[in-house]
Amino acid sequence: MVKLLIKDGIRLDGRKPDELRKIKIEAGVLHRADGSCYLEWGENKILAAVYGPREALPRHIQDSTKAIVNARYNMASFSVEERKRPGPDRRSIEISKVTSEALEGVIFTELFPRTMIDVCIEVLNAEAGTRCAGITAAAVALADAGIPMKDLPVACAAGKVDGTVVLDLTSGEDKEGEADLPVAIAPRTEEILLMQMDGHMTYKEFEEALELALKGCKKVHELQREALLNKYKDFEV
Amino acid sequence: MWDTEVKRVSAVKRDYLARLAKEGKRPDGREADEYRPIKIEKNVIKNAEGSARVKIGDTMVLAGIKLEIGEPYPDSPNEGAMSTSAELPPLASPEFEYGPPTPSAIELARVVDRGIRESKYIKLDKLCIEEGKEVWIVFIDLHVLDYDGNLFDACSLAASAALQNAIIPNERHDIGKNESLPVGSPPVSCTFVKYEDFIVVDPCLEEDAIAQARFTVALDENGDIRAMQKGLSGSFTVDEIKNNINRAKIHAKNIRKLLEE
Repeated sequence: MVKLLIKDGIRLDGRKPDELRKIKIEAGVLHRADGSCYLEWGENKILAAVYGPREALPRHIQDSTKAIVNARYNMASFSVEERKRPGPDRRSIEISKVTSEALEGVIFTELFPRTMIDVCIEVLNAEAGTRCAGITAAAVALADAGIPMKDLPVACAAGKVDGTVVLDLTSGEDKEGEADLPVAIAPRTEEILLMQMDGHMTYKEFEEALELALKGCKKVHELQREALLNKYKDFEV
Repeated sequence: MWDTEVKRVSAVKRDYLARLAKEGKRPDGREADEYRPIKIEKNVIKNAEGSARVKIGDTMVLAGIKLEIGEPYPDSPNEGAMSTSAELPPLASPEFEYGPPTPSAIELARVVDRGIRESKYIKLDKLCIEEGKEVWIVFIDLHVLDYDGNLFDACSLAASAALQNAIIPNERHDIGKNESLPVGSPPVSCTFVKYEDFIVVDPCLEEDAIAQARFTVALDENGDIRAMQKGLSGSFTVDEIKNNINRAKIHAKNIRKLLEE
């Protein structure tokens, strides 16, 4: 049976092709962490915590010229329909690696030699687009921890469903659709910090999807800013 | 995530490469948009169901294919499965160590896997033996033998070449005569790295070691995009990414010819 994912320009969950799911971001939600963020993105529920810069241990991993950025993406066993075996699998190791690299791109790591900045991303409930949601939450947590960055990174995915280029895929669209293109950028310069793609797109469709993803990133970036400003709105100068 | 494969480059060499980059030159004298010679040898391992040794310059990778009978995934009861792994053994480089796969090796294997999977190169729907019970599982194992840069393209090419004339070992399991593994058109991947604002295709070892950003794209026979991966902590502009893809289209065409020879 072929299920239609887009009917009359409207997706199964009622969104238009260029519409994001509902996003809620809150900064500074954890007590012990140096910085933290809780993020809801559609049905995704993500917590991010930042510890550091702190001494990198074991010592032999220290870099005398800069801080090491160590992001760890972890999915709770109950975050998906079929229980996920706890601990890192190959998928989460890869996501951890590209996330670390994307975040390292904006952090002034050279200010903190021999240290490590740990970023813990816990996916509590997953509904497609968790790596983008994780990076977005991690960025807010890093800012909340006062880590100096040249920009506040943000991520959003675009893709192709029923031959249409759409923003921010749901898991149904990711599974049944034709392509998924997660992108993370430094929003001020539009430099691309992370880009992955799987599926099938012509070059033209890719251009369209990338443009859509960039637009999505900018919208989410506004929400990140609001969340950070919101945390400090009650502080008196 | 910190990685144990620290790539050490001396300050002198770094400066030298930066100076060359400013003049648009590469350490081995190639143009920015030039691959090293590529050599593909198929069927080099007798006991493997399919195999290929690929050399890109002095980088050498051996891919071996094994097929085993296993259970299908519950969501695709009448389809075979595939699994890709990469090993970076210490024989290939003084920087590699024994032990479980590092994040770099996992990323490498997964990027190769995505190219093959998304281009539907292996016809998994033809690998069902008994629906819901028994299917063929295709294992693609990549062994890096000599590391001189650009493992992404070498591994991807080796995997494609090895699958090209792999067999289904029906005889070993007494379920008929051996037959060739059903495959479509292979993906071709092209990798670029950026250092000192200089973007080059097919990075050699030194370029890999000082690369600030890396970009791999896998293209199908129509030049459509099937998989992409940006890696490392540096960034690309939107125009750089688009330019890379357009350059890759030309390279992929040439590499595809080698694969089809």
